[in-house]
Amino acid sequence: MKVRIHVSLKPGVLDPQGRAVHHALEGLGFAGVENVRIGRLIELDVADDTSDASLTEMCEKLLANTVIENYRIEKAD
Amino acid sequence: MRTAVITFPGSNCDRDMAVALERASGKAPLRVWHADKDLPERLDFIALPGGFSYGDYLRSGAMAANSPIMRAVKREADRGVAVLGVCNGFQVLAESGLLPGALMRNAAQTFICRTAALEVVTNRSLFTSGYEAGRTIHIPVAHHDGNYFADAETLDRLEGEGRVAFRYHENPNGSQRDIAGILNAAGNVLGMMPHPERAVDAAHGGTDGLPLFKAALERLAAA
Repeated sequence: MKVRIHVSLKPGVLDPQGRAVHHALEGLGFAGVENVRIGRLIELDVADDTSDASLTEMCEKLLANTVIENYRIEKAD
Repeated sequence: MRTAVITFPGSNCDRDMAVALERASGKAPLRVWHADKDLPERLDFIALPGGFSYGDYLRSGAMAANSPIMRAVKREADRGVAVLGVCNGFQVLAESGLLPGALMRNAAQTFICRTAALEVVTNRSLFTSGYEAGRTIHIPVAHHDGNYFADAETLDRLEGEGRVAFRYHENPNGSQRDIAGILNAAGNVLGMMPHPERAVDAAHGGTDGLPLFKAALERLAAA
């Protein structure tokens, strides 16, 4: 089973990397970009019987830092 | 006096830390490898050095925080053994939950390498008793991920409990409330981004880091 973990900074946490990319997009002439937030995509190949609880534990223990980051687990078919 | 320096793959300030500890205590620290499961017995002081443990993969300090030796470091910290984390060591302490908050990318997105002026916020701790409270000291900083973040409630608690050890005079990295170093609730764990081990010899351009090591080790020796 393929699983994608989307990790993103929590709302309100400053994302200087996103801000720099936002400025660069503006510099390239792309108007109307309101905001840019940069996150991380982690793809896992796991056994089909891997439980949701186990995936959540992976995120909480290592893949995301829940002080500053949110995560979303997406199971790919 | 038994001190130890942990080396992770990618640590690059471990030797500097060892030299600083030897200069302060007169005795060379024990060296410990990240894959070791156990620490040497009867340690008084454990140092987590700066560098780029595990290549800073995933997040700075995240992989090291889950390394075998950190389980032993957590046990010792809970028992009251002194633990100092500098730079990447601070990131490891935060990622391992021994200290609250997180170290994020510097607000200006640049690596910062220069000497920073710090305020010693409290001298009521093992690590800061060698300074006068309110004194300004000069300690080198060298980091890309030193932007200290915690929620407002945590920051209020840190300040209210006298757990902010050092503040930047001119905040280089965007840290909340200019925080450069914090203590745990029991006061036996200190994490700081600036490098006191790089300021223990006049040839470094200053010796403002030496009182941190000297005071801590003298107090531990007297205990």
